[in-house]
Amino acid sequence: MTPTLFGRIQTRLFMVFTFGLVWSIVILPVLPRPAGASLGDVAGDVLTALVGVALLGVIWELVYHGFQQIRWEKDWPSLFGLLTGINEGLLLFVVLDMPLSTFLVHFTTTWIVIWLALHGPMRVLFLRWRFRGGRLV
Amino acid sequence: MSDTDTDAGLSGAPGDLTQELIDTATWTDQQITAAGIPMVDVPIVSVGGGLGSLALVDYLRIAGVPVQDIAVLTPNKRPSETYEFLANNSQIPRHERLRSDSGSVMDNIWGFPSYALREAWNEKGLKNKIFPVWQVTTEPILAEYYTPKSGQVYESVDRETARIGWTQMLRPGQVRMVRRRAGGGFLTILTPPPGSTQTRRVAYRSRFVHLSLGYPGVRFLDDLRSYRERSGDHRRVVNSYEPHPHVYEELARRPCTVVVRGSGIVASRVLQRLLDDNDAGRTQTTVVHLFRNYVNGPQGESITFRRPGTGGFAYQAFNYPKAAWGGQFRNQLLELNGDARSDFIDTTGGTNTAPRKDWRVQLERAGSIGTYQQRVGQVSSVEPTEDGFRVRTEVQDKTGASFSVDADFIIDATGLEASIRSNRVLADLVDVSGAQTNPKGRLETLPTFEVVGTRSEPGRLYASGSSTLGSTYAPVDSFLGLQYSAQQIAFDLGAMGAVPKLGPLRSAKEWFRWMQNRPPS
Repeated sequence: MTPTLFGRIQTRLFMVFTFGLVWSIVILPVLPRPAGASLGDVAGDVLTALVGVALLGVIWELVYHGFQQIRWEKDWPSLFGLLTGINEGLLLFVVLDMPLSTFLVHFTTTWIVIWLALHGPMRVLFLRWRFRGGRLV
Repeated sequence: MSDTDTDAGLSGAPGDLTQELIDTATWTDQQITAAGIPMVDVPIVSVGGGLGSLALVDYLRIAGVPVQDIAVLTPNKRPSETYEFLANNSQIPRHERLRSDSGSVMDNIWGFPSYALREAWNEKGLKNKIFPVWQVTTEPILAEYYTPKSGQVYESVDRETARIGWTQMLRPGQVRMVRRRAGGGFLTILTPPPGSTQTRRVAYRSRFVHLSLGYPGVRFLDDLRSYRERSGDHRRVVNSYEPHPHVYEELARRPCTVVVRGSGIVASRVLQRLLDDNDAGRTQTTVVHLFRNYVNGPQGESITFRRPGTGGFAYQAFNYPKAAWGGQFRNQLLELNGDARSDFIDTTGGTNTAPRKDWRVQLERAGSIGTYQQRVGQVSSVEPTEDGFRVRTEVQDKTGASFSVDADFIIDATGLEASIRSNRVLADLVDVSGAQTNPKGRLETLPTFEVVGTRSEPGRLYASGSSTLGSTYAPVDSFLGLQYSAQQIAFDLGAMGAVPKLGPLRSAKEWFRWMQNRPPS
C-alpha cells in the first residue's frame, strides 16, 4: 500500500482501535505487572497507550508524509512502517507514565501485529484499500 | 496480440456481415437475424482473453458471477499466452525475473499472499526460504525490490484459470467488431475458427462488453521501419519483441557488432542477454548502445519531484513511481485533464529502467574492456553497407558532427505499437460508435474504465490495458494496473446491481477458498 496523507490517518486510527485493541485485550492477562498493580490498572495503561499511539500518530503521519515527498516514488517502504515504531515508542514512553516492562511488551507486540495486519488481512477484507492510498472511507 | 482475421467481411458465406450492417452504427436484432448470423445471449462479454480479461473475470467470478454469465472471446487458450510470447522474445525466459512488484499478483485479487511469500514457501533450503522474505521486507532500502520469476506468474495464472472455470467461458475466435444494439447493450461479432461453426460469424448479444486487446503489434523507430520497408531485410534489423533467436545464434558463430536502440527496461534485458553471452564465453560481441536522449543526472528541478538517473538511463523501480498505482500520483492524475494529464504521465513514466546493481556492474565491466560502447545522437540514415553484409547507421551528434556505426545487427528495443488505429475493433469503435479518444490518442475512459461516448443504456462498454493510456490512470498495462481496472469495473457493475457486490465478508470467505484452491462459491 502506498499511502496518501488521508489514507495514512484513516488507516492509523482504524488499525489502532481494531487490530490494536483486540491484540491488547488478548495480551492483557500476560503483560508484566508491577507489584501491587491490578489487571484494571494495566488495562488503563494499555488503553492510554493506544489512545496515545492514535493521537500522537496523527502528528507523526504529517511528518512521514512530508518525508515521503522527497522520495521520487512517493511510497512508504514496508521497512519504514516497522522502524518508525522506534521513534514513536520512545516518544510515547516519555509522554506516558507507564512501567517500562509493561510498555515495552505491549507496544512492541502491538506494533508488529498491526504491521503484519497491514500486509495481509487488510488487503483481504478491504479490496479497495490498497488502491486508495489507505483510505477506508 | 493482433487481429489476424484479414477478411474485411462480406465473403458471401452463410451468416456473414452484410454491407448494410457495416454501414449501420446501431444494429437491430432483426438485422442480425436477416443476415443469418446466429445470436448468443450472455450478460457480460470480455474480448481479448489475455491478462486483462483474466483480471476482470477473476474479480467477477469471485464476486459470485456464474460462468454461464460470462463469455471470453479470444483466439488464445491461456491468458498468459501473449505475455509469455513477448517476454520470451525480449529475453525473459521462465527462470528470469520480471519487473513487477511482489504484491502485483496476477492470479489473486487481494495481493496476498504475495509472490515473495509464495516463493519462500515453495523453495527448498532455509536460505532460499528466508531471502525472498528478507528482500520484500527491506526493499528498496537494504535490498533491491523483490520481483517474481516469470515462470511463477505463468504457473499461478494457470492454476487460477483452472479454479475459476476459464475454459468454460472461452469462445474461440477473432472479434471483428462491437456495435451498439437498438434497445440497449451491444452486439459483438466473433469469427470462430473455420469449420467450427455453420456460419462465418456469431453475434454475442450482451449488456456489458469489456475490451482488453493488448498491443496490436511491434513498433519500430521511423528510420528502422523505413529501412525494413525499403530493403526487405527483416533479419539484420529486428525488434526485441519479435522472435529473433537467429541473432544470438549468429553471434555465437563469429564476432559481431550489434547496435541496440532504446534505453528502457527492454533494452536493459537485451543488453544483459548480449553481455551474459560474452561473459560466458559463448560470443565475442561488441555492443554499441545508441542513445537519442542521454540521461546524465537526476531528472526534474524540484527536490520533491526528481527521478534518479545516470549513465544514460533514467531509473525507477517499475514503469511508473509506486504512487501511480494507488498513492498520491493516482489521485493527482484523476484531477488532471488534456495536455496536463498527458504531460504528467510522460514525466512519471516515459523511458526508464530498473536500478539493478548486477546490470550496472555488467555494463561498467563491459564498458571498461570496450565490448559495450555508448554513443549519442540523432540517426540520419540507416543503409546497407557497400558489401551488403552489414547495416550502416549514420548519426549526427549534438555538435552537428557525424559518425557512422557498421553493425551486423540492429535491435530496436523501444517498444510495442500501441496506436488504437492499428486495431480494427478499436478503430471501428472510434470511427462508427462514437468512442472518444484522449490526449494520447487512445480510448478516453472514465475512472470506472467505461469508454466515453459508447454508453448504450442499460449497457456499458469498458476497456482496460494499453488502449486506455492517457486517461485517468497511468500504469494501465501493468499487472496491478489491470487488477485496478478490473476492480473499478466490477465496482461499477456492482453499483448498478448487475453483479453481486464484493464486501469484506464475502471477500474474506473467497480468500479462504482461494487458499484452498476451491472454485468460487
